[in-house]
Amino acid sequence: MGFLDIDNTTKSYGAVEVLHKVDISVEEGEFLVLVGPSGCGKSTLLNMIAGLEEITSGEIRIKDQVMNGVHPSKRNIAMVFQSYALYPNMTVGQNITFGLEMHGTPKPEREKAMNDVAQLLQIEQLLDRKPGALSGGQRQRVAMGRALVRDPDVFLFDEPLSNLDAKLRVDMRTEIKKLHQKLGTTIVYVTHDQIEAMTLSTRIAVMYGGYVQQLGTPQEIYDTPSNIFVATFMGSPAMNVVPAKVAIENGRPMAVISLQDGSNATLPFSQDNMAAWDDRDIMLGIRPETITDEDAADRKSSNIAHLINRVVVTEPAGSDTFVTMELGGKDVIARMRSDADVQPGAEFKFAVNMEKAVAFDPETEMRILP
Amino acid sequence: MSVASQDTAIRTGRVMRTMIYLVLLLFALFYMLPLYVMVVNSVKPLNEITGGGMMNLPQVFTLEPWAKAWSSAQIGVEPTGLSPYFWNSIKMVVPAVAISTVLGALNGYVLTKWRFRGDTILFGLMLFACFIPFQIVLIPMARMLGLMGLAGTTWGLVLVHVVYGIGFTTLYFRNYYAVFPTELIRAAQIDGAGFFQIFWRILLPSSGPIAVVSIIWQFTNIWNDFLFGASFAGADSQPMTVALNNLVQASHGVKEYNVHFAGAILAAMPTLLVYIVAGRYFVRGLMAGSVKG
Repeated sequence: MGFLDIDNTTKSYGAVEVLHKVDISVEEGEFLVLVGPSGCGKSTLLNMIAGLEEITSGEIRIKDQVMNGVHPSKRNIAMVFQSYALYPNMTVGQNITFGLEMHGTPKPEREKAMNDVAQLLQIEQLLDRKPGALSGGQRQRVAMGRALVRDPDVFLFDEPLSNLDAKLRVDMRTEIKKLHQKLGTTIVYVTHDQIEAMTLSTRIAVMYGGYVQQLGTPQEIYDTPSNIFVATFMGSPAMNVVPAKVAIENGRPMAVISLQDGSNATLPFSQDNMAAWDDRDIMLGIRPETITDEDAADRKSSNIAHLINRVVVTEPAGSDTFVTMELGGKDVIARMRSDADVQPGAEFKFAVNMEKAVAFDPETEMRILP
Repeated sequence: MSVASQDTAIRTGRVMRTMIYLVLLLFALFYMLPLYVMVVNSVKPLNEITGGGMMNLPQVFTLEPWAKAWSSAQIGVEPTGLSPYFWNSIKMVVPAVAISTVLGALNGYVLTKWRFRGDTILFGLMLFACFIPFQIVLIPMARMLGLMGLAGTTWGLVLVHVVYGIGFTTLYFRNYYAVFPTELIRAAQIDGAGFFQIFWRILLPSSGPIAVVSIIWQFTNIWNDFLFGASFAGADSQPMTVALNNLVQASHGVKEYNVHFAGAILAAMPTLLVYIVAGRYFVRGLMAGSVKG
């Protein structure tokens, strides 16, 4: 039993099931991020935890208390909304204490709680202002203050950073992470931004089409995606997924990929079980940063494969240079250091760290487990 | 700034501009003419009007027609002037406007933030009320008022106007609340506010502009209504409009045009006042800053 249990929970609108048997158990102090493209059901799930949407079947429990049918205000949760949802007619101070007031907390206690939170978030000088007179970042802080002041069991964040500009978003991201480390609260956080998911979370649930595709730590999700969707959704640029065929050479399973000029590249697998896939089609997943020039190849890797291919495009991005080539009829992006000597149109010797490569079953799109 | 605005403005020559203002002035004068006639003739002795020269300024200035219209003109049986009817109107308008506006706001709140099965159909039916001609409901309404024991009373009129106004006020508030961020309601729910607490503490304080629209609309309509007043009011609950009609239509004695003009201005005054006082809130956006801006 975890701190927050989502137990076989489904959600239907009429005959349409939008969430299918979601099963997640969150421990106390965990930072769970629900990530996925729009329409994947992540916000619906969050609203079900909050009690803003009904649960069609299954159970949601907080501290072993069944929450089905319990009013949002009685679940001891707090939520930060995408639009912040600050009450426009109240001052910042009133916004923060409104929840306490509604729960019948006496005034002196409310004032104290408000001052504590204002100090924590450094918004003391804003308490008498109306939300209309605040900047985006300040509103964000106030919205968090309103959530913090209640001292809830679970914090719910619904895409809280998506209304901020790029720089502020990075700052606030760090801020939220700091806050979580300091307070050790349990957080469920919804975002469509996979970088936010990777940086903030202790665990990620990648959602798509109403299913939890994979639940795991950021590292697990990144290194061993359970299917092609997760592989391509997490990481930027996305993981390269190219069609390949398995062949055995010298008793070792190899991935055979067709090149532009009609020849084949053969890359040896690190996983021995790929031998079972001899002469069958697979999809090979390679992260951009595991394709480099020879000098920059990971020295700790026991399996660096080389392949010579023509460079299609180079995109210098300052810290890295993104190099595009064609493998198996698909564009494949390599992430190289900025001083790698690559010229578009020229042949180049790529080094592929096959230790990190993953293989998918083209039928089911699931990862072939080692 | 000024350079930029001059560049973007349509350039017109000085002559052209003078012409435009001249024409506008002319139109303004033309439209103000009735008001001018009413005002000047309401401060003249009667013989100046009957002697011709309706457009002339008064030779003898007198406020007596105003005093007479207000307090001593023969309207009903007693020479009471318009004043008791003015108060009848106030007693009818204020509760009717207040009740229909609050109910419209509540309806709008429920129809947008507490959606239920069939709510759009219900809203459509309520909209239908806006298109029913007054004359159609006269007889059924008279019967209903009789059954409820409200026939001939001010409260009967209040009820009629509330029922008639609710379609419009619901329309205003529903459309206003439809774009009111639902996240605010959800935030308030999580904060523990109940149905009415959300309404009074969150929604209504942010409804200034639309409340003003609703009040102006309802006030003018109810104040200016003649048909319901003439049909359903008793002798001691007749509104201003009916009294004014009785004053002007009186078939005995001399026609005191100056008193009629003064009475008509008195009858129009409150709606004018509402426009002047509330009109500027029309344009104020009170929602600034609630969500991303």
